[in-house]
Amino acid sequence: MSDDHVYMTLAEGHEDDSRWAYGTGFEDPLHGVDTTVPDGVDAAELAALCVALGDDALVQAQRLGEWTTRAPELEEEVALANIGLDLLGQARLLYSRAGQADGTGRDEDAYAYFRDADHFRNVRLAELPNGDFAFSVVRMLLLSSWRLAQFQELTSHPDPVLSAIAAKGVKELAYHRQYAAEWSVRLGDGTEESHRRMRAALEQTAPYLGEMFTAYDARDEVVAVLRQVTDTAGLPMPVYRPLPGSGRAGEHTEHLAPLLAELQSVARAHPEATW
Amino acid sequence: MVTTLPDARLARRIAEQVPDPELPMLTLADLGVLREVRVGDDGTVVAELTPTYSGCPAMAEMRADVAARLRDAGFDRVEIVTRLDPPWSSDWITPEGRRKLTEHGIAPPGPAPHRAAGPVPLVLSPTRRTVHCPRCGSADTEETSRFAATSCKALWRCRACREPFEYVKEI
Repeated sequence: MSDDHVYMTLAEGHEDDSRWAYGTGFEDPLHGVDTTVPDGVDAAELAALCVALGDDALVQAQRLGEWTTRAPELEEEVALANIGLDLLGQARLLYSRAGQADGTGRDEDAYAYFRDADHFRNVRLAELPNGDFAFSVVRMLLLSSWRLAQFQELTSHPDPVLSAIAAKGVKELAYHRQYAAEWSVRLGDGTEESHRRMRAALEQTAPYLGEMFTAYDARDEVVAVLRQVTDTAGLPMPVYRPLPGSGRAGEHTEHLAPLLAELQSVARAHPEATW
Repeated sequence: MVTTLPDARLARRIAEQVPDPELPMLTLADLGVLREVRVGDDGTVVAELTPTYSGCPAMAEMRADVAARLRDAGFDRVEIVTRLDPPWSSDWITPEGRRKLTEHGIAPPGPAPHRAAGPVPLVLSPTRRTVHCPRCGSADTEETSRFAATSCKALWRCRACREPFEYVKEI
């Protein structure tokens, strides 16, 4: 091992790994972490929770990635991509944990690339098309506030792996929410047009809150953030009727399947590809 | 024939010198990413790394680099493990690491926010943060973008010397 070139180092270190062509783990992201499921923790429940939280993150990351080359400014493009990358990292860790916990030994790729839409458990708000920038900002505000509250509680989950993933995620979600909240205020308190678009985005996204609160009741936290942001921005609080159905039960909009088709196309075309 | 266990201190010194792939002026020890280096009963050198961000794409490179350096130094059995708990904090960047960042035109982070139990408060009023320009030392600086080329940095500019610079965020 004398070659300092990083790709040489990687190739040499992972001769047996034949599947890093599409940029997934050269190694399990939880490599070396004690993966024993503690006594008193239901392994199947733990796995299902990790998959659901991983799906929320992966699907949202994919939507954020779609902004690349299309965002209003280069700085925002970088911001959205960075936030997507954090969520992708959270998804990788959660899928790895799920595969260990459910006893199947499936790796992160199996969850991300080789399940169809009806097996995904993300909430539907994550999969809706990007719409305009206001819609994406409001979506991020709701999803990050809700996820932040849940991750905070999960920092005391009896599974030490999930609690560590959550503790890491809390730090990231706090600045995702900050980004979304600041843009919400800027747009809500901006021009007539940006204000109108923010109102529309709040009305379009709010009906999906019902499903989110059924999955994890962070009503108090999310409503408090929404109130703080809308008060500061001079926007009305959205009034909504929750939509029936739930992504957590595998009931999705027509938008998830095309998203997954794009996300999974390379991995499925070349399932054992080597680079 | 006498077999001796590998020297853990030597292994640590080798691992400590591995540069960070994204911030090559820093070693993994400067960055606080390298945690414990120990020798197991079977003689395996185990080095623990803590990722800076969940999505840090440099983790695989870091793992491979540390393993390669240790093997080059003659340690036959090497294992690099991920340690998630406690999560990485920018407070772990050493004073030496901070000095090197400044020397290379990157402003080092201030103290990481201390979080009490309970919901994380959302602060919408502008937060005043004094960041000194790593080139001229002026405190007359402003943020241009909170997100930059890597997750750990923001973009700032100095109003005194007019230079843009990167700033390692507190986390």
